[in-house]
Amino acid sequence: MTASASGRRPPLGLTVDQRYRFLYKPAVFAASLVPFGWLVLSLFGWLGFSAGVDPVKFLELECGQTTLNFLFLTLMVTPVRQLAGLPHLVRLRRMLGLFAFFYALLHFSVYVVLDLDFDWRMLGADIVKRPYITVGFSALLMLIPLALSSTNRMMRRLGRRWGKLHRLVYLIAAFGVWHYYWQEKRDVREPLLYAAVLTLLLGYRAVRAWRQKPGALRAESWAQSKLE
Amino acid sequence: MAPRIPRILPSQITPPEVYFSRRSFLTGALGAGLGASLGAARAAVLPGEAGAPLAFTFNPRESVDALVHAAGQDEKPNTWEEITNYNNYYEFGTDKTDPAANAHRLTTRPWSIAVDGEAELTGRFHLEDFLKPYALEERIYRFRCVEAWSMVIPWVGFPLATLLQRFKPTSKAKYVAFETVYRPAQMPGQASWPPILPWPYREGLRIDEAMNPLTLMVVGLYGRELPNQDGAPLRLIVPWKYGFKGIKSIVKLSFTERQPPSTWNEADATEYGFYANVNPNVPHPRWSQASERRIGAPLFHERQPTLMFNGYAEEVADLYRGMDLHRYF
Repeated sequence: MTASASGRRPPLGLTVDQRYRFLYKPAVFAASLVPFGWLVLSLFGWLGFSAGVDPVKFLELECGQTTLNFLFLTLMVTPVRQLAGLPHLVRLRRMLGLFAFFYALLHFSVYVVLDLDFDWRMLGADIVKRPYITVGFSALLMLIPLALSSTNRMMRRLGRRWGKLHRLVYLIAAFGVWHYYWQEKRDVREPLLYAAVLTLLLGYRAVRAWRQKPGALRAESWAQSKLE
Repeated sequence: MAPRIPRILPSQITPPEVYFSRRSFLTGALGAGLGASLGAARAAVLPGEAGAPLAFTFNPRESVDALVHAAGQDEKPNTWEEITNYNNYYEFGTDKTDPAANAHRLTTRPWSIAVDGEAELTGRFHLEDFLKPYALEERIYRFRCVEAWSMVIPWVGFPLATLLQRFKPTSKAKYVAFETVYRPAQMPGQASWPPILPWPYREGLRIDEAMNPLTLMVVGLYGRELPNQDGAPLRLIVPWKYGFKGIKSIVKLSFTERQPPSTWNEADATEYGFYANVNPNVPHPRWSQASERRIGAPLFHERQPTLMFNGYAEEVADLYRGMDLHRYF
């Protein structure tokens, strides 16, 4: 599918395809690295940034929140393209999802390397005994098949099953928010805010699925996946 | 009970100038700058806003060298920067940096403390009169938060026992209860809705815990007046208990016959007990207490085992003989 299908005159003399490839995707890529850059600057205390007195906790929290933010951005693509009539927005979704995975890995690495000092026994005990870690770790594990199956080849190979598999992201986001809520000692206001946004994002889908014929929804999500 | 902490003669009092030169000798880096960035020498640098110097005795029992020797590991005190910018003081907000940002709003003079309950001498006392009879001393204690991070902190204060004796508690005084000031106008955390904790913050100790020579009434830090975010003008430190027992900005002290309520226990009794003794064998329901992260330690080696009673078992284990510490956590 190409830009000519939209029938509109392309700005800057670029087709939709070209705009995404040369403008939007690089811009989103660069913007997605901003949190990473900020974390690095803070950790090393460069340019007046600071990770504070407890850099380990700082990195853990910020990487975790950034992961949730990217998961939410990924989940926002569908409502925004449907409500704002921007069907091509789906081309940015894979990148946003992969950045969620990137920040999740970073979050987990900080926990294993800096928090636990590579204490594998403690890691095992935490995953088994500490429910909030169990939940967070499960979310990370579930992200792996989604990241691995994000290539064009895997999408083609999985066909219809790709869309089904990638509905796991709903569960992953819910587990992520739950993990955030559960580790909080007392002040759960921010985790509850995340839970509220997630409710909106998933509620939108539930309402739409309920109002549409089940068959129609499946056909649409199939078409969406082919757009990429 | 024989006090383990020796009394110190006035001739042994270290004047602040000598104290600070000693410290600069120890660290060799005084004046290394305020922007102690990651990996920089952890010098005990006092920034400009540090309060007025206090006269106090240096307590050799808990000196840095003794601690290093006793625990067999590096236990240098945390920096002023760390101790005053990483605080749990929910009255000023729940982020670790909120107290440093907001605590300046609290006026700590004039300040008075009410004493009531099972004691012969009760009433309301001006802070200055309350503190007057006591010679201050420095105690370098480990500080272990229930959140599983820790510091080493050079407090300045005096034993709670000497304070309590002055009010002549009666035989009915089985517990001591404390209360933090309640001033929502100056403490934004107390004004937030819904309340994060049931205010005012309250804490309590069994009388024998309160009389233990390690239990400290704190008025200073690094030889200076205590900064507001660390609990000025007067706070409690019980080094073998989790940090939340160390109630801050105290305005009331009561001798009671029954176990008094304590705020975190009221907030969630399944997670926070009245005793709150540091115990690596009793996990918090959601996380392990077997080890802790020492704030300011080398980034890749922050984690260390948590010691029974935070390393003060020799001094306090007797208080809990025969008690099931899994039940009375």
